[in-house]
Amino acid sequence: MATTTEKTPAAPGVVATESNQAVPAISLEKVSKTYRSGQVTTTAVESIDLEIRQGEFFSLLGPSGCGKTTTMRMIAGFEEPTSGVVRLSGKDVTGVPPNRRDVNMVFQSYALFPHMTVAENVAFGLKRKKVPAAEIRTRVAEMLELVELGDRAKYKPRQLSGGQQQRVALARALVNRPSALLLDEPLGALDLKLRQAMQLELKRIQREVGITFVYVTHDQSEALTMSDRIAVMNKGRIEQLGTPAQIYETPATRFVAGFIGTSNILTGTAQRVSDTLVRIDYGGDQHVLANTPQQMSDSGLVITVRPEKIRLGKDVPDANVSRIRGTVREVVYLGATTHYTVRTVDDTDIVVFQQNSSDASNLADHGDTVWLSWRPEHSYVLPG
Amino acid sequence: MTRLLNRAAPYLLALPAWIWLGLFFVVPIVGLLWMSLMTGNIIVGFQQTFNVGIYPEVITTYWEHILRSLGYGLAATLLCIAIGYPVAYWIAFHGGAHKSTYLLLLLLPFFVTQVLRTISWKFLLADDGLILGTLKAIHLLPQDARVLSTSIAVIFGLAYTFLPFMVLPIYAVLEQVDHRVVEAAYDLYASRFHAFVHVILPMSLPGVFAGVLLVFVPSSADYVTAWVLGGTHNTMIGNVIQSQYLVNNAYPTAAAITFVLMSVLLIGIFSYAKALGTERVMEVQAG
Repeated sequence: MATTTEKTPAAPGVVATESNQAVPAISLEKVSKTYRSGQVTTTAVESIDLEIRQGEFFSLLGPSGCGKTTTMRMIAGFEEPTSGVVRLSGKDVTGVPPNRRDVNMVFQSYALFPHMTVAENVAFGLKRKKVPAAEIRTRVAEMLELVELGDRAKYKPRQLSGGQQQRVALARALVNRPSALLLDEPLGALDLKLRQAMQLELKRIQREVGITFVYVTHDQSEALTMSDRIAVMNKGRIEQLGTPAQIYETPATRFVAGFIGTSNILTGTAQRVSDTLVRIDYGGDQHVLANTPQQMSDSGLVITVRPEKIRLGKDVPDANVSRIRGTVREVVYLGATTHYTVRTVDDTDIVVFQQNSSDASNLADHGDTVWLSWRPEHSYVLPG
Repeated sequence: MTRLLNRAAPYLLALPAWIWLGLFFVVPIVGLLWMSLMTGNIIVGFQQTFNVGIYPEVITTYWEHILRSLGYGLAATLLCIAIGYPVAYWIAFHGGAHKSTYLLLLLLPFFVTQVLRTISWKFLLADDGLILGTLKAIHLLPQDARVLSTSIAVIFGLAYTFLPFMVLPIYAVLEQVDHRVVEAAYDLYASRFHAFVHVILPMSLPGVFAGVLLVFVPSSADYVTAWVLGGTHNTMIGNVIQSQYLVNNAYPTAAAITFVLMSVLLIGIFSYAKALGTERVMEVQAG
């Protein structure tokens, strides 16, 4: 009976789930990269194992010098691994030059060809692949339409704004329908507002074309916003690999806890309460409770807790939650939330984010003594 | 008062340059034009007679020299591109930490005056000199082979003299080429050859353009090279001007030839710029 049914847009991630069982788009096996200059050997990437699935939006996140760009350049073919194997769609491409790899890159500085028009820039890859001229024309036009630059085809790159140049760089890579698109901090040069708009735009384009995106960034909020999965890198190694929620909620290492968002770190000697629960006592009814699934050393325990998981109040909380007393050192009102910095009795500063909902505004002022509390499952025990 | 000064500042700053150009370019040019229209000789003196007829006269007498000069200049320019481009490319992309050393080496011979350098070429290329003598002794060349006093000697001499003027501007442009743009070409399936032809070469054209001007103009007007290496059959227009001025003391004739040469070169340069599309070339540089 249905005459014209509205087409429902494909749910995000459909492509990824459909082909999850297939060969990974990119896989790195024990890949290392060392540079030697004179007597000094520097290790940029140290024995990385990584599988990036077909159609997923994958981010390599880390501070500068963590090896994320080197890792990407090894996937693109600009750098050869010192040891290890790079596979694209299961095929070993170690040693294959970049012009014979079926991946394309969006460069940090866009790297557009300054002497060519926007359309010529986008057509470059197709021409090299000897695609027929008529097909090139339609594919270039389609791609410029996708990035909303259809009316700028005859412009030179320098006549465009930063955001537009960015989209040309994206179109120039995507038009080749690569098996994976590599993006090296592509939004780094844009201002905040444009960057946020482009994040959503990139996500939309990725959903539409269904191509695997590998995104290199040092900006944790960017990675959290866009990625299906994130690999957090530090000193040439992957510290943690997981979904944005996994990485944010359950940081695997102290580095990840510190790098992603704001974390409060508490240390102390724990006493075992039950098989799954430990307690650090701070005296005077104050203690921190944490779940420890595995049998681990209870001395020198490091616990992290996210600022938004902590409740701040004047009354003494129940004994079955973590509770710590402190003095409010700083109150920063940010509209939707207020950030409090509370100094505990042992001189640790704990940051607390409180929603300014109708019943919870103006909880405490500078100098007030307050109780902080959070549930045991929000205390994450870090190794070492 | 200060506003007036602020507005006048750019003009005031440019003033020394204007005075310089006025004194040492405009005044001599006008003087040259004035001189070319005089008649007379060094003994009785020169009078202004507005003798316009001197121009067709020098053109009919010396057109061969002018054409030869342009031809040598062009050949030397092409030779400079052929030799200089690879040198500039190598220094810019493979010079590593020693780029400035290589550039210095390139310029080092030019601390010696052009006349001496050209004379040392004469020494090297003499019929029984170091090079030809050796080649003849091992019978790689016939006994009557010669290089000196041929057009080849002049063209190579010119190319040698003006080579740095080709290498430096090309190097300056290639040095500016963003290596990520070249990487982007490789990433988009270009071979090394295609990356060069479609990306590096077009981006370096402004440097070639500048180099052509810097080599073609002075080499067409050069007289030292032809004088030392060319012998009697390869005299260039510069040699004619020199001998008319210094040997024959025919100042009006020398001035008239100078003007003709200048006009020919200017017309040549403008049509070259138009044909190549200066604006398009400059656009690349700006981008």
